Amino acid sequence: MKKRRGTFYLLLVPVLLWLMVLIVIPHIDMMYRSFRFETDEGLFVFSLKNYLSFFTNQIYWLTFVKTALYSICVTFLAFVVTFPVAFFLTKVVAQKYSSFLTLLLLIPIWIGELVTIYGWMILLSDNGVINNFLIRLGIIDTPIEMLFTNFSMTIGLLYMSMLFMIVPMMSALESLDDSLIEAASDLGASKWTIFRQIIIPYTTPGIVSGGIIVFMLVIGDYVAPNILGGKSSLWFTEQIYNKFLMSFNWNEGAAFGFLLLILSSAIVWIALKLSGQKLEKVAS
Amino acid sequence: MIRTLPCSLAYITGFRLYMVLFYIFLIMPLVTICVLAFNDSNFIALPWEGFSLDWFIANTNERLGLFKDTDLMWSVWTSVQTGFFVALFSTIVGTIAALLFEEEQFRLKGLLYFLALAPLVIPGVVLGISILLSSTNAGMYVEGALGIDVELLRPGFWLVVIGQFSFGATYVMLLVQARLKKFDRVLEEAALSLRATRLQVIWYITIPFLRPAIIGAFVVAFLISFSNFNTTIFLVGSDPTLPVDLYSRIKFSSTPVLNAVSFMIVSFITVAAMLNFVISRKKSN
Repeated sequence: MKKRRGTFYLLLVPVLLWLMVLIVIPHIDMMYRSFRFETDEGLFVFSLKNYLSFFTNQIYWLTFVKTALYSICVTFLAFVVTFPVAFFLTKVVAQKYSSFLTLLLLIPIWIGELVTIYGWMILLSDNGVINNFLIRLGIIDTPIEMLFTNFSMTIGLLYMSMLFMIVPMMSALESLDDSLIEAASDLGASKWTIFRQIIIPYTTPGIVSGGIIVFMLVIGDYVAPNILGGKSSLWFTEQIYNKFLMSFNWNEGAAFGFLLLILSSAIVWIALKLSGQKLEKVAS
Repeated sequence: MIRTLPCSLAYITGFRLYMVLFYIFLIMPLVTICVLAFNDSNFIALPWEGFSLDWFIANTNERLGLFKDTDLMWSVWTSVQTGFFVALFSTIVGTIAALLFEEEQFRLKGLLYFLALAPLVIPGVVLGISILLSSTNAGMYVEGALGIDVELLRPGFWLVVIGQFSFGATYVMLLVQARLKKFDRVLEEAALSLRATRLQVIWYITIPFLRPAIIGAFVVAFLISFSNFNTTIFLVGSDPTLPVDLYSRIKFSSTPVLNAVSFMIVSFITVAAMLNFVISRKKSN
């Protein structure tokens, strides 16, 4: 092996510092902290009590399970809603409009979650735009309660995450050669067959990477469940938030954070295994 | 089914209708905010009471407009500063990381690269609390051992910058890496054979080639920082960033000034995106 030049270390050291100080050590710290427990005498001892409190309190693990299942559902919903859009923009619409329509998709992403979620709050509230509109049309007499329900939370989660799925799916679809679809069509395949046997298998990498991004955004989100969700739509991040900023039980909060990290990594890992993908490929 | 194939009228009409509905869904919240920012009312939602600029410029007991609300303006300024530093640090370290992973071979490279991608699959909340915990620990340790109170390690401006940088650098790395993959290595080899040092090659050849991607990544990092809430909320001190300030106002004291702020953000982003679109289209023609 050739001798290392100084330049190599000049590149290595900042990266190593970034990853060690800001990624590795904080997470080890968090794990360590999650096994600490403060006794009545104010001493810190090793203990599993923080995790025990998670498993013995129904509200915690129910929220945990609900968050996981809900996030998977929202991810699937995002796929169903946005796949036609990605397909339309890459394969159906005339090319000269396609780039402008794609640009429109990016604007809500850059505006940021807080503003768009706030917009939905105004839209869905009792004297909001949608209720007013429906009343004026005479469809309903009294406002429908839409805000602070699971429905409004789902809309918010879907809205803030789904656009991140379109871009990876579009780049997968762009590399799909039209002649494959033409050939299948010439041989008499129905639309559904083409969709199932050509388009879906070909775009799986794009779907998986988009799905992982959406899933991570949804499961780790705090704003949409907190602003749009009601009393019944608790999200696990809200529990962490409460532990840290309301009850100041940082040890238990660390345990919860660690559980969330394990949960999300496990689901991402399973998704990667099932689809035969690698994280390196997903990121690119 | 696709452009080149004939398809039934029902298929194409149905598809277009779906797209129209999708775009309505997409812009509905944005349009609503923008219109209601000019509503002459003390409540954030309907009914429409007439046009007014009060929520931008008024300064009365009842109404405090955006430009007269010093707290709000201050949090905008905090966010701009935070965004600038996050973008600066992320761009430097992210670019270095892209060069390191694309051009060098070393042991444990795979592991290190995995760690560099990890912020993509760590929920922002977890990143926030883990950095809060370890900085607090480090702060207590330093105070105990040396008796110095380190400002940097307590929740506040710089801790927010550090927290956002920890994942901002990953995005910059991916953006720069994508361009680096298109780089013709022959240029570097030519320079090396002409006795340039490795550092000179990077500085005079690779970096200029990467410049568009680096500038783009800087903007992306700034925008990511500017809109981040999930990580920031745990690290913020007494000066809130704009999303943190907006959040507490939405939760506890929503006045239409929120609409005014949102209007400013929406129009700024939209105009910037349009300009970028027009310029890049002109270039490619």
